[in-house]
Amino acid sequence: MNYRAIRAIYLFEMARTWRTLLQSIVSPVVSTSLYFVVFGAAIGSRITEVEGVSYGTFIVPGLVMLSVLTQSIANASFGIYFPKFVGTIYEILSAPVSYIEIVIGYVGAAATKSIILGLIIMATAALFVPLHIHHPWWMLTFLVLTAVTFSLFGFIIGIWADGFEKLQMIPMLIVTPLTFLGGSFYSVNMLPSGWRTVTLLNPVVYLISGFRWSFYEIADVSVALSLGMTLGFLAICMALVWWIFRTGYRLKN
Amino acid sequence: MLAMPPIISVSNLSKTYGSGFKALNNINLDIKRGEIFALLGPNGAGKTTLISIICGIANLSEGNVMVGGHDINRDYRAARSLIGLVPQELHTDSFETVWATVSFSRGLFGKPKNPAHIEKVLKDLSLWDKKDSKIITLSGGMKRRVMIAKALSHEPQILFLDEPTAGVDVELRKGMWDVVRGLQASGVTIILTTHYIQEAEEMADRIGVINKGEIILVEDKAGLMHKLGKKELKVHLQGRIDAIPASLAAYNLELSDDGHAVIYDYDTKGDRTGITSLLNDLRNAGIRISDLDTRQSSLEDIFVSLVRAP
Ligand SMILES: Nc1ncnc2c1ncn2[C@@H]1O[C@H](COP(=O)(O)OP(=O)(O)OP(=O)(O)O)[C@@H](O)[C@H]1O
Ligand SMILES: [Mg+2]
Repeated sequence: MNYRAIRAIYLFEMARTWRTLLQSIVSPVVSTSLYFVVFGAAIGSRITEVEGVSYGTFIVPGLVMLSVLTQSIANASFGIYFPKFVGTIYEILSAPVSYIEIVIGYVGAAATKSIILGLIIMATAALFVPLHIHHPWWMLTFLVLTAVTFSLFGFIIGIWADGFEKLQMIPMLIVTPLTFLGGSFYSVNMLPSGWRTVTLLNPVVYLISGFRWSFYEIADVSVALSLGMTLGFLAICMALVWWIFRTGYRLKN
Repeated sequence: MLAMPPIISVSNLSKTYGSGFKALNNINLDIKRGEIFALLGPNGAGKTTLISIICGIANLSEGNVMVGGHDINRDYRAARSLIGLVPQELHTDSFETVWATVSFSRGLFGKPKNPAHIEKVLKDLSLWDKKDSKIITLSGGMKRRVMIAKALSHEPQILFLDEPTAGVDVELRKGMWDVVRGLQASGVTIILTTHYIQEAEEMADRIGVINKGEIILVEDKAGLMHKLGKKELKVHLQGRIDAIPASLAAYNLELSDDGHAVIYDYDTKGDRTGITSLLNDLRNAGIRISDLDTRQSSLEDIFVSLVRAP
């Protein structure tokens, strides 16, 4: 293992985060606060409780997941797309680093950033609503797994994209709708049964459900299933990355 | 003494791009340890493609490449650790400082931190006073030197310079060549591409000419200089003649198309050029001379005639 290379890539990416601290940390915090104002205060005054917890409290795990998902994808896809775009990728390709090391560096940095972000959002949320985490270790496990999985997914998008539109397309057209419909703001049990079945096809439901369980021990699906789905998605992403590097897809011509 | 194995050995290398375009066709090339090798060729000849393959940026289609005895695919880690690459295009991270980007390269190549080495590299390349500047604030020539500094940051044994002097002013170019010579003195093998024949002549130990994806000549500079030693003397005549007189046969003269001049090839490095006796014999043959001019065939001529050949 070329640990120094992993470290170099990781620190390089983290340095980019600190440089763009304002947009990477502040804007999600502001938008989360807005969600609280709109959903928590406005809707929360109508829906007082969901499955035994106040509505404002209920939406916290979903909000955190929403940000972690979108930010993981955005960070990781941009992180690898940008060197391709400006050409500095030549140095990574010519360096004595394995693909695994490249992935650990880029995905590790993107995941770190969104984990930090998730924790900041939780802290922000705690200012608005009482927050109690029943299973902190499980909470962290789900947080880390989700951040890593979607950073990998973002990395794949970043490699696949050959223009800025494509970079935005999948997050906009697929991920955001899936997250909003994934039970961030409601319990799947609140839906009519037909919709419930459709909703269960959405992978994000399982992530949010498991994550919410670690907070309040309430879940739409069983925790084991949540964990299994998360790991399954992680495995798919890893397999895709492995294939990309084996073939040099869109990296070497 | 055993001949040293070549540090780079390219065998039967071909490259077909995804578009179906064959950019390299059965290249065979050995680079000797410690030499400065200049790769010369017109635009689109395949110089960058060849370098990209050796450095791991592009995949090869056929053949194989060994660097320092390591196969570039099977043993890429060992092969690539030996190489520093300065690509043709300026690719830099705009918002990093010079110091950060050069240190990053060293880490990427798995070398432990060594600020003293990086300081030396930056000083050698006259970048020391820019070390804390963001790259975006540098001029094009400075950016090129930053890229050279990145390549040297990890102390490579082989340095590829793909058109290193494009956009670098004359004085800095001299400075750059001093750095290159210094590297060679410390045992680094250098492969450079250039369009400037003078540059190849001045710097290289050996010169390779590539055209349309094929190597068409590889020769020691000494050998090329020998060819360069050839000059031609054009003797302009007062009248015109229809044929070279038999008494002048030994000179292998060539008669100009209009019959107003004869052309004589001679070797400036030879013991005697034969010019004096030619002039004597011309007078003896009753031919009167109006003017003389001499011309040296340059590497440029050799180059042009090579790449123009069908
Ligand atoms: N990614 C690519 N896809 C398809 N064809 C390519 C690609 N890159 C280069 N080529 C083609 O391969 C040929 C060789 O290109 P290359 O860049 O190696 O030339 P070069 O000798 O470096 O030229 P120059 O002196 O202009 O730098 C050219 O005809 C070029 O159009
Ligand atoms: Mg080129």
